[in-house]
Amino acid sequence: MTAAPTPVQQANRHSDNKRPQTPSRLKHYLTAMLLILLVWGSAWKTESTLGELVQGAPNMLDLLKEMFPPSWTYMDNIAPAMLDTIRMAVVGTTIGAVLAIPFAVLCASNVVRNVWVFYPVRMVLNLIRTIPDLLLASLFVAVFGLGLVSGILALSVFSIGLVAKLTYEAIESIDNGPLEAMTAVGANRMQWIAFGVVPQVIANYISYVLYTFEVNVRAAAILGLVGAGGIGHYYEVTLGFLQYDRTNAIIIFTLVVVLLIDFISTKVRERLL
Amino acid sequence: MIELRNVSKLYPNGTKGLNAINLRIEKGEFVAIVGLSGAGKSTLLRSINRLHDISEGEIWIDGQSITAAKSAQLRLLRRNIGMIFQSFNLVKRSSVLRNVLAGRVGYHSTLRTIMGLFPKKDMDLAFRALDRVNIIEKAYARADELSGGQQQRVAIARVLAQEANIILADEPVASLDPLTTKQVMDDLKTINQELGITTIVNLHFVDLAREYATRIIGLRAGEVVFDGPVEEATDECFSEIYGRPLQADEWLGEMTS
Repeated sequence: MTAAPTPVQQANRHSDNKRPQTPSRLKHYLTAMLLILLVWGSAWKTESTLGELVQGAPNMLDLLKEMFPPSWTYMDNIAPAMLDTIRMAVVGTTIGAVLAIPFAVLCASNVVRNVWVFYPVRMVLNLIRTIPDLLLASLFVAVFGLGLVSGILALSVFSIGLVAKLTYEAIESIDNGPLEAMTAVGANRMQWIAFGVVPQVIANYISYVLYTFEVNVRAAAILGLVGAGGIGHYYEVTLGFLQYDRTNAIIIFTLVVVLLIDFISTKVRERLL
Repeated sequence: MIELRNVSKLYPNGTKGLNAINLRIEKGEFVAIVGLSGAGKSTLLRSINRLHDISEGEIWIDGQSITAAKSAQLRLLRRNIGMIFQSFNLVKRSSVLRNVLAGRVGYHSTLRTIMGLFPKKDMDLAFRALDRVNIIEKAYARADELSGGQQQRVAIARVLAQEANIILADEPVASLDPLTTKQVMDDLKTINQELGITTIVNLHFVDLAREYATRIIGLRAGEVVFDGPVEEATDECFSEIYGRPLQADEWLGEMTS
């Protein structure tokens, strides 16, 4: 016996008709296939196989065995170089951070409203950021010779790219109200920036500089590989003489320093914002 | 004296913001501009200090054309015109005092102001301005620690420190509660009466306009549809300005009680 449909059932049947068609999942499947194809294709072209990884595993173990115990006494020898590394990062970051200010201002479309200014400057900035820091260091070593100066210059240029990019994006997201107010009081361009823009982005800017310093300490640790001074030089030396226990000491030392600086910098940045 | 001669503003999308406006506002007047949102109140106010450029006509401030003014001259003209905004437009991360001193930048060299080296006279002026709006004890607080009403009073202090002889206030109380609304409007009125500063206020509330202004200008679709002393602005006049009978939300209430 079939009962007459209740009003609710009737309403449901009505909404069943209105329900839109389930969207096709074809797009998801195609995306997945494309991804798999890309990974597999890359592996095939570079002739890398999982088998190689398995074959290499014993070598890896040997290397690890040679790395331990680390040569703790070697730390005394590399302490001055580690200090040099930090000094490079400090000086490089500072120079870069100062030079980044005009770049950041010229890139911000709400400060410089002329597209013929901010687009070209952004292009230059993008160009700077595409050059890896190691390549920058090699270039400066070629020009200024081996040593800390080349490393510092490489880090400066690298910092300009990073700080300017982050800062100009911060400038573009500031509250427009105070800027309008500064126009209304009759401020000139520089005063407008000093009173309307700067106070709104200064905390961000300092935070970005500290972040860049963190990145630069890590970068500075390997710049020595291309002769640009600092601890990186000792990686080359110890690896070259197969003194893996010493290499390990450098790695641990670097790790501790980087973690310490990251920790302090992060704490300071939390306070700022 | 402010004079608008045949002022029109055409937006790039073709809408007419202002249409052939002729106005003459004498020194010391307290003018309320009323009208629906989109009627051109804000555009009119911002044309006076050229935050918005007009497409036709000319605006004269005390005998000088702000429409024709070049950069340095424009800044000098703007220095004499203080502006108060609906959203206060303070730098929230700066101290109250620095926000007030920002009103002084037009008087000094770029270098001096950027270094923050304001002369003692300016500091006195800033503190007196803060005292006048009863907020002097907050001078070293950060602006974002203050309530909305207090922030608007800081903005008024900025205008006072600016030593402007014209104040343009664009919906100064639209984001305030009725009590602080009264305080801010009272401050504006006192300043207008005691210092003789010409004051032009965009207002939404009919009763506020009646209580504080001496003259009411009604705008509708970018045209002046009413201009007269407050006594002549009857409910019928307001209905005509709004193009429909007055509604409950056009009255702030409480004030009249």
